[in-house]
Amino acid sequence: MTEQTDLSALSFEQALRKLEEIVARLESGEAALDESITLYTQGEALRAQCEARLKDAQARIEKITLGANGQPSGTTAFDPS
Amino acid sequence: MPFDDAPEGKMGLLAGERAGDNAGALSVSEISNLLKRHVEQGFSHVRIRGEISGFKRAASGHLYLALKDENAVIDGVMWKGGAARLAFQAQDGVEVIATGKLTTYPGRSKYQIVIETMEIAGEGALLALLEKLKAKLAAEGLFSAERKRALPFLPRTIGVVTSPTGAVIRDILHRLADRCPTRVIVWPVLVQGQGSAEQVAAAVNGFSAMEGRDRPDLVIVARGGGSIEDLWGFNEEVVVRAVAACSIPIISAVGHETDTTLCDHAADVRAPTPTAAAEMAVPVRAELLAGLQTSGARALRCVQRYRERAAEKLDNATRRLPTPETLLGPQSQRVDEMGERLKRGLSHVVADARGELARATGALRPAMLTQRLDHARGRLDQLWRVATSLNPDRVLERGYARVERRAGGTVISAADAKAAGALVLRFADGAVDARVERAGSAPYVKDKPEQPDLF
Repeated sequence: MTEQTDLSALSFEQALRKLEEIVARLESGEAALDESITLYTQGEALRAQCEARLKDAQARIEKITLGANGQPSGTTAFDPS
Repeated sequence: MPFDDAPEGKMGLLAGERAGDNAGALSVSEISNLLKRHVEQGFSHVRIRGEISGFKRAASGHLYLALKDENAVIDGVMWKGGAARLAFQAQDGVEVIATGKLTTYPGRSKYQIVIETMEIAGEGALLALLEKLKAKLAAEGLFSAERKRALPFLPRTIGVVTSPTGAVIRDILHRLADRCPTRVIVWPVLVQGQGSAEQVAAAVNGFSAMEGRDRPDLVIVARGGGSIEDLWGFNEEVVVRAVAACSIPIISAVGHETDTTLCDHAADVRAPTPTAAAEMAVPVRAELLAGLQTSGARALRCVQRYRERAAEKLDNATRRLPTPETLLGPQSQRVDEMGERLKRGLSHVVADARGELARATGALRPAMLTQRLDHARGRLDQLWRVATSLNPDRVLERGYARVERRAGGTVISAADAKAAGALVLRFADGAVDARVERAGSAPYVKDKPEQPDLF
C-alpha cells in the first residue's frame, strides 16, 4: 500500500484490477480500520483515474499519409463516407 | 514433302543428286527456322494446363519453368513484364493454366511456351497451394499458439489496415464509436488484386515500426468477404510473415465467418468479421463506467460499514468504561470521611484543651497568690523581728559600745586592740576616738558583754 504516487503509471486495466482487489479486501472485512481508510482513499483515486481515462476516450479518425519514399509521413483526418 | 521419294530401305554411301529434284538438302538452320515458323504460326495462342516444376527466377526478372503432367513436359519462359503481373507466387508443384504462344529455340533443338499470363488451375489447385504454404509456415512456427499475445484491454490508438472505401472501415468505425470512442489511424491499402498483398504487408510493417505518440497499441487487418480468389492476397507469404512479425498485437478480420486465410492464422486473434474485430478491440465504455461506479459504491459501503462497526465497538467500550464518579467514589467517600473525622478530631482536641484550660483556670485564683503573699509576708515579718532583735547597734542603746579600728572593722580581742593602738568607740548616739594605754584589769574584761551574733 505504498505506491500511491505511481497510480497514474498504471494502465487502465491494471488500475481496474487494483480497484477490484481493494474492494474485495474491504469487503472481506479483514483490513484494520486505519488500513480500510487508506484502501478507500486509494480506491477512490483509482476510480477517478479510470473514469477520467474513459471520459477522455474520444473518436479521432485519421489516415496515414505516405511520403514519396513509401514511408508514412504523417496522418490526416479521415472521413470514411 | 522433301523426304517422300526416298527409297524405302535403300541407303547409299553418297547422297546423290536426284533427277527432278530442284530442292537440295536443307541446312539445320533452315529446317529449324522452318520449324519455328511453323510452330509459331500453328500455336500462336495456346492454353496449357500443367504443374510447374523446375521453377527459377533469374536475376533479370524473367521466370524459367517447366509445365508437366504424368507423361510429358514442356519448357516455359515468362518475361519480366508478365511475371510482375502474376497474381500468385509461382512455385514448383502448383497446377496452373498458362496462356501464351509456342516457339522453338533452334540453338538447342527445343521448343517452349512463352507465357503471357499464368493462373492457378482452379480452386482445387489454389487450395492445394494454400495447404502447401500453410504447412511450410506452420513448420516455421508462425501459427503456433505460444506466439499469440493478449490484446490490450483498452487501446488508446488502433491502427486499421484496410481499404479506405467501402463497408469494412465504416463497420469498424461505427462499432468502435458505439462501444468506446477510440483514436483510429487508417492505413489505406488495396485489399484485392495485384499488389494488394505487398501493400497490406507494407502497412502492417509500417505500423509495427512506428514510434512515438501515433504508434497504435492494437492493429486490425480487415477485409470484407469474397471468393478465395478475392481473399488470396491475405494468404500470400509476405502478408502472413508481416502479420506474424508485427510488434503490436494484431487482429485479423478477413472475409466472413467461413473464410479463413493464413493471415487469420498468423494474427494474435482472428475475428469472424470486421465488426467483430471492433468488438474484440475495445470494451464497452458504458459498462466499464457502470462497473467503476459500482466498485466505488461498494468501497464506500464497506468503509461506512467499517465506520459503523467501529462506532459500535467504541460505544460498547465506552459503556463499559467506568464513570469518573464510580471510579473516584470510594476515594471521595474516604476523603469526606477523613474530612469529617479531621473536623471531629479537631473539635475534640479543642474541647479537651478547653476543658483542660478551664480546669487550669479554675485553679488559678487570687487567693493562691494572696495566700502565698500573706505567708511570705508573715515569714518576712517574723524574720524581720528576729533581725531587728539581733541588730548589733541595739545593744548600744543599753550602754554597750563597740570598738572599731580607725580604718574600720570591729576589734573583738584585747590583743587586736593593743595591736591597733588607735580605736573608735561607737555608742548608740555616736562615736569617740580612744587610745590604748595598757592591758586592762580582769574585771573590766568580765564586764564587757559578749558580741551577739547577727543571726
